[in-house]
Amino acid sequence: MIEGILIGLETALSLKNLMMVMIGCFSGTIIGMLPGLGPMTAIALMIPITYGFEPSTGLILMAGVYYGAVFGGSTSSILINAPGIPGTVATSFDGYPMAQQGKAGKALAIAAYSSFAGGTIAAIFLLIAAPSLSKVSLAFRSPDYFGLMILGLTAVSAFSAKGHFLKAMMMVVLGLMLASVGQDTLSDIPRFTFQNMNLSDGISFVLVVMATFAMSEALTIIFKANDPTRVAKQISLSELGSIKLDKIETKKMITSIPRSSVLGFVIGVLPGAGSTIASFLAYGMERNFVKDEEKQKFGKGSVNGLAAPETANNAACSGSFVPLLTLGIPGSGTTAVMLGALLGFGIQPGPRLYQTNPEIFWSVIMSMYIGMVILLILNLPLIPYIARVLATPRTFLIPLILFFSVTGIYLMSFNNFDIYLMIGIAVCATILRLYDFPMPPLILAFVLGGLMEENLRRSLLISDGSWSFLWDRPLTMVIMLVIFSIVVWQIYKGFLKKN
Amino acid sequence: MNISPSKIISLLFFIFSGFYLYTAHQIQVFTFDENAAFNAKTFPIYLGYAGLLFSALYIILPETKPSNVDLSVLDYKKTIMLVVLMILYGLTILRAGYFLSTSIFLVLSYIVLGERKWIWIFTLSFPFVAIFMYLLHGLLNIYLRDPFLQYIGIMG
Repeated sequence: MIEGILIGLETALSLKNLMMVMIGCFSGTIIGMLPGLGPMTAIALMIPITYGFEPSTGLILMAGVYYGAVFGGSTSSILINAPGIPGTVATSFDGYPMAQQGKAGKALAIAAYSSFAGGTIAAIFLLIAAPSLSKVSLAFRSPDYFGLMILGLTAVSAFSAKGHFLKAMMMVVLGLMLASVGQDTLSDIPRFTFQNMNLSDGISFVLVVMATFAMSEALTIIFKANDPTRVAKQISLSELGSIKLDKIETKKMITSIPRSSVLGFVIGVLPGAGSTIASFLAYGMERNFVKDEEKQKFGKGSVNGLAAPETANNAACSGSFVPLLTLGIPGSGTTAVMLGALLGFGIQPGPRLYQTNPEIFWSVIMSMYIGMVILLILNLPLIPYIARVLATPRTFLIPLILFFSVTGIYLMSFNNFDIYLMIGIAVCATILRLYDFPMPPLILAFVLGGLMEENLRRSLLISDGSWSFLWDRPLTMVIMLVIFSIVVWQIYKGFLKKN
Repeated sequence: MNISPSKIISLLFFIFSGFYLYTAHQIQVFTFDENAAFNAKTFPIYLGYAGLLFSALYIILPETKPSNVDLSVLDYKKTIMLVVLMILYGLTILRAGYFLSTSIFLVLSYIVLGERKWIWIFTLSFPFVAIFMYLLHGLLNIYLRDPFLQYIGIMG
């Protein structure tokens, strides 16, 4: 492991990669700060650029963007009560009241320190857990992988789209259907191409991500006539108050960080749970842990109430890398985008990544530490200036997002058909979003489609066409039982609510 | 009778899944693969059935959390104009070249969305695209096809 850490440090500390972490953290913060634009959009916009780099550099850049976007989301939660991403909603419960009391600088400092601590502690857990899990996951067979992928998709549908389980499952199927377009990987037989040569290689992952996130988010803002930056124009973003914390505040923050880090990391590892659930659970847990006097302050500007969700959401981000790096199965929409990018580099994450591409495996883990430090050093003093991004008029913001999206796909194919297809998918995605059909399950399914088919193929061929592979191995059977419980519970819960 | 838009979307998805399933059955597989445990159409066929199942469940079961969208506040005009601009952008990007088509797309989009500060409209279009192109093409060595700039001799 020491050797691996040194390899990772050597790669992550190269001048180019350090620059990439800085650029990633900085641009991620800016994009994540804009309400409605989360880490998935931020990473999606970066993918075409990363294809010009080595895989480790590209992945380091995306990891930086991810952390930066989560931090940026907290900033807009605190300053204008408009969470950039769902994972920072709980941050606004106490962060925004603090800002209203003239303590915006302190709130941002608590968010920055907690994010740093949560991310760093979770990265240490990742350092310990990932190699061990990689070894364990070598024992997994095709039926287990197939089961795990269905589990990931079901869990994301159940947890990320609260109350819209069936809609999310439809999006999962749609994502898998889109992934099935193009030549079959084994037999080269064209499927759903309708004799169109442009579809014979399938639909590009970047195209689908750009269309369903960056482009459709931009169109949704216009369609709903929202101006996410309107509130920012009404407040002074340059007078945020002191960022220095007193002893009592520091003590409160320090007590909340360890427990929220552990909770956040564990929740992040679970498929589908992610930073949103982690931050809400941490907020609830913290409320139960503190004394009655502090409990009264929750929702009115409590330090613990702000530190806990901030620590947990960053710890969950690190945790979500565990299934991606060890099993090759992303547990969230954001890590699905990263998996798609990795596959684009020709790298298959999974238990063997640890052995075949140790520099990628370790450099990503080490870049997380560096990313956290850079986020703290770079963002905290610059916050009053970066916060002005919140006041960027949508009249400029939206066209620029559309321009980056079209450029991204143009750079990859130099083909009009792909641009039209992207616009078509973006328009459909905008309508679907309007009626709460969630997009993360679609992306996760699109990325996993090929792998799922491959594992189903192997499983069915081994079992000679029998579906008994789903219960022959104890591990597969347990996974299938969990999936069954989630589906039945979600449908039953719907009935309970209605009655 | 009021049918919720989500149910209409689910019905459309049901029809789409039916079409997908039909097309999956039409996939031509090799003769020796016809009766194999798994061939090129196996997975799509299951997907077609899954699509039918979930959309049918949504249509049949009562809605637990209906999506309330006020259609009267939606800005159709600007959205449609932006989509048309994007289609035109896609149409011209290969012919007119990246620089010209992107700059014009940005200028028109800013105007469509109601921006009237000409200095910013100009700064964030032609010079911005030129800098962006230099970053991609000049510094990151990412190829950008631009027949217009090649014609006037600016780009090699």
